[in-house]
Amino acid sequence: MEIGLFIPCYINQFYPEVAKATLKLLQKYGNVTYPLSQTCCGQPMANSGCEKDGVDALKVFYDNFKDFDYVVGPSASCVLHVREHGAHLYPTMAPMIDKVFDLTEFIYDVIKEKELQAEFPHKVAIHKSCHGLRGMRLGQCSERVTCDVSKQDVLVEQVTGVTLIQPKRADECCGFGGTFSVSEPDISVRMGTDRLKDYIESGAEYITSGDMSCLMHLDGIIQREKLPIKVIHLAEILASEINSTTTDKEKAYVNAV
Amino acid sequence: MSTQYKNHPAGAKAFNKNPERVSWHDKALWFVREKRDKATHGIPEWEELREIAAQIKAHTLSHLDKYLLQFEEQAQANGIHVHWAKDAQEHNDIVLSILQKHNVKNVVKSKSMLTEECSLNPHLNQHDIDVVDTDLGERIVQLAKEHPSHIVLPAIHKKKEEVGELFHEHLNTEKGATDPTYLTRAAREHLRDKFLQADAAITGVNFAVAESGGFVVCTNEGNVDMGANLAPVHIACMGIEKIIPKVEHLGVFLRLLARSATGQAITTYSSHFHKPKGGKEMHIVLVDNGRTEQLSRDDFRKSLNCIRCGACMNTCPIYRRSGGHSYTYTIPGPIGSILSPGKDLKKHSSLPFASTLCGSCSDVCPVKIDIHTQLYKWRQIIMEETNYDPAKKLSMKMAGKAMGNPKLFKMISKVGNTFLKGPRVLIYNPLNTWGIKRELPVPTQTFDDWYKKNNS
Ligand code: SF4
Repeated sequence: MEIGLFIPCYINQFYPEVAKATLKLLQKYGNVTYPLSQTCCGQPMANSGCEKDGVDALKVFYDNFKDFDYVVGPSASCVLHVREHGAHLYPTMAPMIDKVFDLTEFIYDVIKEKELQAEFPHKVAIHKSCHGLRGMRLGQCSERVTCDVSKQDVLVEQVTGVTLIQPKRADECCGFGGTFSVSEPDISVRMGTDRLKDYIESGAEYITSGDMSCLMHLDGIIQREKLPIKVIHLAEILASEINSTTTDKEKAYVNAV
Repeated sequence: MSTQYKNHPAGAKAFNKNPERVSWHDKALWFVREKRDKATHGIPEWEELREIAAQIKAHTLSHLDKYLLQFEEQAQANGIHVHWAKDAQEHNDIVLSILQKHNVKNVVKSKSMLTEECSLNPHLNQHDIDVVDTDLGERIVQLAKEHPSHIVLPAIHKKKEEVGELFHEHLNTEKGATDPTYLTRAAREHLRDKFLQADAAITGVNFAVAESGGFVVCTNEGNVDMGANLAPVHIACMGIEKIIPKVEHLGVFLRLLARSATGQAITTYSSHFHKPKGGKEMHIVLVDNGRTEQLSRDDFRKSLNCIRCGACMNTCPIYRRSGGHSYTYTIPGPIGSILSPGKDLKKHSSLPFASTLCGSCSDVCPVKIDIHTQLYKWRQIIMEETNYDPAKKLSMKMAGKAMGNPKLFKMISKVGNTFLKGPRVLIYNPLNTWGIKRELPVPTQTFDDWYKKNNS
């Protein structure tokens, strides 16, 4: 299986650990290549009302990824943009749209992973990014009367040692919203602050998410306000090593499964 | 009058000057959203019901002419006078002429966002007609000389202490009184006099039924019934999208409306009107005011599905933290942000951007309006057709160009990276709205560089 690794521009720049974790995870499932001339998906332009300015980015995306069996990236938001707008903004890429996946989807739906070998002995709350949740239906949306599986929960539960923490508000937006974060800074920061308060009060040590952009925004507030909580991308938890500090009992359990 | 802000960020900034009010406003509306969740989860077929409602609306909107004419014919046969108004001005003139014909001096009105949309009250006041809004929330904002900040909970932005102040000033309640029961009782007594004095009643319409020529108005306070049954003249004003084909369709919409609005199974009063009582007059004003234009826009037609339940406001994390008055249009929140650009693209150009496109509004909407998709589409039109945010336009053009050219893009990224490693005072300048209350990420070795070293 030939997998093209799609790393959103800001992850390449600021969060190489997330990209490394994604690469490591994907290497378990196929031959992974990271095309070095990739740039961005063009989402920032599109959500700012300038979708046509993002067409060139989609062209570059297409040129880099068209020949892979799968294209996988650690960002529901960017993948959703390609999926929802790629075909009408740059029709040439229409045939490849179905091969583009967010990391959670790829591991859950394509690989159907049931036994992740990973360990992360911490209390973790999953921040359900809106584009992953409502855009891709990665989980149960609190507004809807449906019984959807929360795919990220299922994957995280496979990780040894994790305690999943449920915040009071299951899936409220963090307030990032791309250029919204700078054009409406008052509301954006207030939304982020409110989410953080909820996660901290729920007892989480870590907030994880399939979207680093939400985490970048939340971490911006955490660092400024010196709040007692950390962010970590989902890929880093799913790719975490079975730790040597694990007790023998836990090791026996891990070996057994 | 409530302040008119020039755009949403300005209104939001003003509202956020008082963080406690933001907390309290957010909590009050989130409470309603949670009640709604509870009520909807009691209906296993909820999603199916939404789908049926959306289909009825799609069908009706594509045969709107036919159903409106059928309604007119039936209503006239029942003895109701039917009027057609192409815009707000015509609507106001029609209402005024009916009132003048009957020499009306005192009008009681019950909740109608349409008359707000048309600015009917000031028009009637200019002609020496006194209008009293009889819905408690609307009466509060009327006394405060403000506009409703929410379509179902018009005074949700007011604390009970403020209401107490207002009632003390206007209704002679005790100074400092904040007990809701006491205040409500005082309002009720005050309104009772108004009902008895009224020469005419104006109401809104929730649903008008084409096959019967009747209409339904939903309230929790019974003020519609008090007004319409006591006064000799009843004028009902409705937007033309309020029509539904059959009586049986009420079974779908009434189940959706109250649950979505307040989490009630049904509104306390669902009053059905069919014909005037002996010796009385009943009028209906069918108002277009931009609706057929919206109908002609393929991408935005669905916005006419709206049954004005307010659920998209209650769920909107931005609305909850910026308040209804931060929006530049009569109808605030997500639905207002997709209706208003069609009315005045320039004036309301900030509204489609007052969203993170989180999509909660679309999922909560009982008639399945794709609100966040329409917000996205309005953004494209605004950036193309207006001069909104020229700086953003330019930067997006440049960024787009760079992203189409990998070499240039990598070079610019390097420069940016170096800049972020530079002195703090340069990075955290007043132009950097990100950095006012947030840290920027700290640049390190890029993944590109790491990959080149380790994997080639
Ligand atoms: S758009 Fe939908 S959720 Fe919003 S008020 Fe209208 S019907 Fe209710």
